[in-house]
Amino acid sequence: MKKEIIIAGFGGQGVLSMGKIFAQSALMEDFEVTWFPAYGPEQRGGTANVTVIVSDERISSPIISQFDVAIILNQPSLERFESAIKPGGILIYDGYGINTPPERKDISIYRIDAMDTAATMDNVKSFNMIVLGGLLKVLPIVKLENIIQALRETLPSRHHHLIPMNEEALRKGMEIICPVHTL
Amino acid sequence: MTQENKEGKYVLLKGNEAIAMAAIRIGCDGYFGYPITPQSEILETLCLEKPWETTGMVVLQAESELASINMVYAGGATGKRVMTSSSSPGVALMQEGITYMAGAEIPGVIVNVQRGGPGLGTIQPSQSDYNQSTRGGGNGDYEVIVLAPASVQEMADFVETAFDLAFKYRNPVIILSDGIIGQMMEKVMLPPFKARKTAEEIATLYPWAATGRDLKRKNNIFTSLDLDQERHERHNIHLQKKYAEIKENEVLYEEIMTEDAEYIVIAFGSAARIAQKSIEDFRKEGIKVGLFRPITLWPFPTKQIARLAEKTKGMLSMEINAGQMVQDIRLAVEGKTPVYHYGRMGGMVPTPEEISDAIKNLLIKE
Repeated sequence: MKKEIIIAGFGGQGVLSMGKIFAQSALMEDFEVTWFPAYGPEQRGGTANVTVIVSDERISSPIISQFDVAIILNQPSLERFESAIKPGGILIYDGYGINTPPERKDISIYRIDAMDTAATMDNVKSFNMIVLGGLLKVLPIVKLENIIQALRETLPSRHHHLIPMNEEALRKGMEIICPVHTL
Repeated sequence: MTQENKEGKYVLLKGNEAIAMAAIRIGCDGYFGYPITPQSEILETLCLEKPWETTGMVVLQAESELASINMVYAGGATGKRVMTSSSSPGVALMQEGITYMAGAEIPGVIVNVQRGGPGLGTIQPSQSDYNQSTRGGGNGDYEVIVLAPASVQEMADFVETAFDLAFKYRNPVIILSDGIIGQMMEKVMLPPFKARKTAEEIATLYPWAATGRDLKRKNNIFTSLDLDQERHERHNIHLQKKYAEIKENEVLYEEIMTEDAEYIVIAFGSAARIAQKSIEDFRKEGIKVGLFRPITLWPFPTKQIARLAEKTKGMLSMEINAGQMVQDIRLAVEGKTPVYHYGRMGGMVPTPEEISDAIKNLLIKE
């Protein structure tokens, strides 16, 4: 099993930390894992992306140009990465701010309205955990309880009181993700 | 950012974080550095971990790279395990200190997490300091041992390797990484904790060190200056003998699927990781391409490459630069097989597909 995943959106959306928590939970399930961010002058408001590779064998290149799964959180990222998904792959996108929805017919497409849902929850910062919940539903390669454990291990202890809220967001994401076009 | 490592468990860390965590664990005495992307997490992690409260390791943000390397000069002269880190333009500033260390035979570790040049260049990854590291930007006939990690695990492991070599040979050692290995996260097993050497241990192990003489012996004086040219030539001959010994004993490399390979790709550090993926793709098609990865860039695995050259149809040097290591490969191969180069510059990183095209177009040509 090897999954090559790109997560792309605006800086400040929690793209890198979402990737990190996913990578941490994959590590806890004894997978090999690489996490490589675009580390340019990305910042709040700019674009940000991270490549996460999860495999049961040693991973050679952390740099890849074709992905099994793309999680797309804004229009510029959709334009950049829709064509980089392998045929038969998966595209998950947040509908918020997407003017031109994805059109490919040779991949499975899921929509998750995480931005709108986060606005109705107590903490809008739970946005990235809603999206991660959606990924977990579509690609259940790590267990939910290991994501919770990964949160516990990666968050400083002063933020541990936020873990129940993040768990709720993860479950919400699993609930609200919906197929647009599946193979 | 960082996290506690439960003993004997894998943790997820950036390459830069792994360097810092490993330094604390292997008994490093001091770190002196000045922030620069893409390696600032080394200093940041050390500040978060506060090793001065646990192992007693000193961590200091110096006022500049020049100050950092000269602090390493001084710390190394007292027999302490001290290090600095920077990225390409910062390491360029350190070249004077490095040649002085080589001349005065002072051990120390310099980490270079490379970015694109020349000049201030870019913050994106590059391998264009191969010549800076192996040829030296400093003056005089000197050599620096250069280790090139290709994974976060090797970032952690090579800190101790570097210190061991630095003290074995009383010579500066460079860990030549880049923005890819520095910024990426992988799982890593950190080295076990080792106590820092005590003053008594240092005085016994390193009689050359400036440890305070208590009127029992002559002063240990560190200088790279000697106005007596005959004596200075003798010193140079001594250094060259030491370098020959290092060349003989310390070459490190990794071979992947080279045994039956008709074509060989040679790459170091992050480039080797990317190249490996395209080699795996060729193997799926039944095309016998292998990967040779120099781990020490100086001493360079000249003999090993010369041996491979005798049984291959061609070699491709894949570097994220304009073609620097390729010169050492050609010197090793001595025309026995054609040697090509493929690379990107200025912070651009090649994809595995690009490398596959280069292997097809330059090497296989069918």
